Amino acid sequence: MSKVDHPPALEIHDLSVTYHKKPVLYGVDVEIPQGSLVGVIGPNGAGKSTLIKSVMGVIPSSGGWVKVFGKPLKDSLHRVGYVPQRESVDWDFPVTVMDVALMGTYGKLGLFRRPGKAERKIASEALEKVGMLSYANRQIGNLSGGQQQRVFLARALAQDSDLYFMDEPFVGVDAATEAAIVTLLKDMRERNKTVLVVHHDLQSARDYFDRLILLNMRVVAEGPTPEVFTPELLHKTYGGRLTILSEIADRTAKMS
Amino acid sequence: MYSLTLPWEALGISAVWLVLMAFMVALPCSQVGSFLILRRMSLVGDAISHSVLPGIVIAFLFTGDLSSPWLIIGAGIAGLLVTIFIEMIHVGTRVKSDAATGIAFTALFALGVLLMQLYGGSKVDLDPDCVLYGQLDHILEYEAVSIAGLDVPRPLVTMTAVAFFTLTTMFVFYRVLVLSTFDAGLAASYGYKPVMVHYGMMFVLSIVVVAAFQSVGAILVIALLILPGAFAYMCTHKLPVMLSLAAGHALLSAVLGLYIYAWFDCNLAGAVVLAGAALLVLAWLFGPVDGQLWKWKRSLGEVEKPDDLIL
Repeated sequence: MSKVDHPPALEIHDLSVTYHKKPVLYGVDVEIPQGSLVGVIGPNGAGKSTLIKSVMGVIPSSGGWVKVFGKPLKDSLHRVGYVPQRESVDWDFPVTVMDVALMGTYGKLGLFRRPGKAERKIASEALEKVGMLSYANRQIGNLSGGQQQRVFLARALAQDSDLYFMDEPFVGVDAATEAAIVTLLKDMRERNKTVLVVHHDLQSARDYFDRLILLNMRVVAEGPTPEVFTPELLHKTYGGRLTILSEIADRTAKMS
Repeated sequence: MYSLTLPWEALGISAVWLVLMAFMVALPCSQVGSFLILRRMSLVGDAISHSVLPGIVIAFLFTGDLSSPWLIIGAGIAGLLVTIFIEMIHVGTRVKSDAATGIAFTALFALGVLLMQLYGGSKVDLDPDCVLYGQLDHILEYEAVSIAGLDVPRPLVTMTAVAFFTLTTMFVFYRVLVLSTFDAGLAASYGYKPVMVHYGMMFVLSIVVVAAFQSVGAILVIALLILPGAFAYMCTHKLPVMLSLAAGHALLSAVLGLYIYAWFDCNLAGAVVLAGAALLVLAWLFGPVDGQLWKWKRSLGEVEKPDDLIL
């Protein structure tokens, strides 16, 4: 397997993000091989969501670069899918389940073309896969948390991307939906998709993901789960948080 | 039924122009306003309507004509500047965006008021009354443009053009607008640039507000922006239905407003807004989604929750 034929699904080099002059992420170096399920874990405020948002270009980064399948992100936008946090949208918005699933096809439609029969078929199939097709005409506010998350996943499936970023898909969902998401992730891996999942539950992280990124403003460790999921590294990620924060505070104080 | 035919008999063809004018003002407002409500930016409509005043006064001093197209374009740019001004305050300082909006629009409105008093006093059409209440019925005093043998008041032609421009723009960018309103993150990941959508929307909003300014004034225009959308939002769970209902609300308000105007011989803009507010109360009481009547019936277990209705 040469690197030219199979470039890494995602390559992040020296990525830094600052917010109001405070560093949120710095010097993130990550290389994710194709076809892996990757968990991004770390304490609250570690910059997990910020990492995927800045990789997607949703929020600006202050340094570093990102390559997707060996190309800059803007040349590979159509190969990347994004599932934002469920709470980030207004679920009272007057759209139906079908409308949301159709949004997954917008990326390939460009700015002006309207979704037609082909797009409706893609959206229907995606909804079928997550068991939400019978809800297609419901307003999204009438769904449970788990059902809302399934609709978001259906939308991601309709995007038909090769690399996915999912922001906390397991938050606030019922056990049945959690199991359904896991099945879906494994199914995606079998089709050689690469999925990066921001995750907060350490216990399940070990079972769900092939690789882990331990993040606390910088990458503490990154690699196959058995190698990375060790007490020392986890302690360094979670327990060592205070010392890391004070280090940064020192450094910024010196810089200014 | 004399009272039903009164406006048409008393005003003749003018009644048609007045209703059409009120509708052409309310229609683009209703469509842009629906999105303002969904984006939780109703206050920004307020801000724009006040802060374009200095732009209007300055342009008016040069052209001497409130319905000049230059005035509309200039004010569109002024509206953009205000938006940038607000962004600068809240990005550059720790002042949050609601406070920044409050600062920007009141300061610019004050500037407009002073400019108007200092330089606009000699001009008949631009005075505080016009700014506050609008003078919808004054369109009849304008010179008429002859279209297909009919003498159409010029402000109506301008307003129709603005309405057409607004609806066309929104139709073309409909999907971009919907997605960046519902899920800015996903829209950004498609490369839609939510910031550009925001500024584009502010530009169109400024044009609509300025065009409507002469007819309904700086305060009542806010009602025309928000009432139709709020009315429609209470009646449906589907966006295309919501936008159609908002347009219907705009038309009904215009017609009912004309009746109130003819019956009581009052300010027409005020009458249109009052009619719109009355419709909103009806939607609040009897609307199929949020109506109090249905909530009450549901609590008694008499009807099902309207999940899968066409609405």
